[in-house]
Amino acid sequence: MNLTLKIWRQKDSNAKGQMVDYKVTDISEHMSFLEMMDVLNEQLIESGEEPVAFDHDCREGICGMCSMYINGEAHGPDRGITTCQLHMRMFKDGDTITIEPFRAAAFPVIKDLVVDRTAFERIQQAGGYISVNTSGNTQDANAIPISKHAADEAMDAATCIGCGACVATCKNSSAMLFVGAKVSQYALLPQGQVEAADRVQNMVSQMDLEGFGNCTNTGACEVECPKGISLDNIARMNRELMKAALK
Amino acid sequence: MGGFFKSSIGRKVAMALSAFFLMFFLIIHLAVNITSLFSADLFNELSHFMGTNPLVQFALQPVLIFGVVFHFIMGFILELKNKKANGVSYAKNNGAANSSWMSRNMIYSGLVILAFIVLHFIDFWFPELNTKYVLGDMSGMHDGEYRYFHEMVEKFHNPLRVGAYVISFALLGLHLAHGFTSAFQSMGSSAGRKKTLQNIGKAYSIIIPLGFIIIALFHHFIHQH
Ligand code: HEM
Ligand code: SF4
Ligand code: FES
Repeated sequence: MNLTLKIWRQKDSNAKGQMVDYKVTDISEHMSFLEMMDVLNEQLIESGEEPVAFDHDCREGICGMCSMYINGEAHGPDRGITTCQLHMRMFKDGDTITIEPFRAAAFPVIKDLVVDRTAFERIQQAGGYISVNTSGNTQDANAIPISKHAADEAMDAATCIGCGACVATCKNSSAMLFVGAKVSQYALLPQGQVEAADRVQNMVSQMDLEGFGNCTNTGACEVECPKGISLDNIARMNRELMKAALK
Repeated sequence: MGGFFKSSIGRKVAMALSAFFLMFFLIIHLAVNITSLFSADLFNELSHFMGTNPLVQFALQPVLIFGVVFHFIMGFILELKNKKANGVSYAKNNGAANSSWMSRNMIYSGLVILAFIVLHFIDFWFPELNTKYVLGDMSGMHDGEYRYFHEMVEKFHNPLRVGAYVISFALLGLHLAHGFTSAFQSMGSSAGRKKTLQNIGKAYSIIIPLGFIIIALFHHFIHQH
């Protein structure tokens, strides 16, 4: 199929970017979206132009690196997938596809479609861990009884890959689905209890410091999240923060 | 605890608490007004009680005023913060793909409600304050009978006012269609995401505004000169 692409081009973080039109031809419907971008970039390199910078790594939906806002949705029109898992069969011959970077004040553009998502790392560093003494006498995790229900929910929360689609989608650029998941994966387990109050307080204040917005419960993040992280995690984070404040 | 209400989540909790109070108030307000459909006397008596009972006047009323003002000021603050967090806007954004219109436009439905509240204050509340506390007439009487019912019917003669009421309450319905369950989520309860509360929310956000609309239309059409 033949496509028109409208792509955000921006030289560096200080430059003023703009949308630029490109044409690609003979795109197979079996290609992934990133492979289509590769075709475009080879075309650009051949004609001596600067290729479009975009993030990617695993190309199998587990690393969370690939971003892109495609036709007005994070990771494009399909559900439960990342951009590397988006197939060109979702589009039709002759389509115009708008491709933009994830937008949020806390995710500044580095170049073209590449944005700086290190704000997520700083939130994680603020409390997204448990402190375990690993000096040779670590307790066997299986010795701690955990209900199946809690284990399942914690595992579901832990499947968040930190891609930032929730932030990109949210009309408030709120990071609460991500932080909710990261708080929940420990809040649900006995190992997470010791540091629970500090964790949620520190992660939430780092989230606020990074300039993410306030959740208004539109639920858009949950729909666009490639891992189907549930809004229940945000409610749980709110509970955890209330509990911590009352301590 | 002070730090809590400065955090993004704390602000949301405060927003939801003020909203819960407003939603409770709407039930009481509708319950009083609905009596005007079938008994002018009962409506008069209830109005007089509400208007002169010191507990209502000096405890509940200030809380209500504070709740309303707090709710929309905090609404503005959150909206501004969220706009700032947004940064550059998308050239193409398909909001309808993942969220409801109501949830994306709370500030606009809210602004219409705010405009309505201003109109409503000018219509009823300021004259009421004037009669009771400036002129010092606490009797609730005019020409030997209770004045409340007549005053209300008087207001609903003007079709423009009735139209403004109908539109405002329709937008209140849209505000609540998202707000009701949203407030539970803000308070850290997943109950708002379960069918039961979603249905209660739907019923609430239809019945309450519809009740007020019916009252306005009823008095407009029944009491023609
Ligand atoms: C009687 C009048 C009102 C009622 C019953 C009401 C109810 C609600 C409810 C239940 C929520 C959800 C709270 C939450 O998610 O935590 C809400 C949110 C909100 N309201 Fe109101 N509201 C009223 C008036 C207003 C007014 C006058 C404004 C003025 C602009 C306003 C603006 C907002 C905004 C911006 C939100 C935040 C959006 C969100 O968090 O989802 N509301 N309201
Ligand atoms: S919650 Fe979902 S959308 Fe957000 S970062 Fe995690 S995986 Fe990505
Ligand atoms: S490249 Fe790793 S998730 Fe898409």
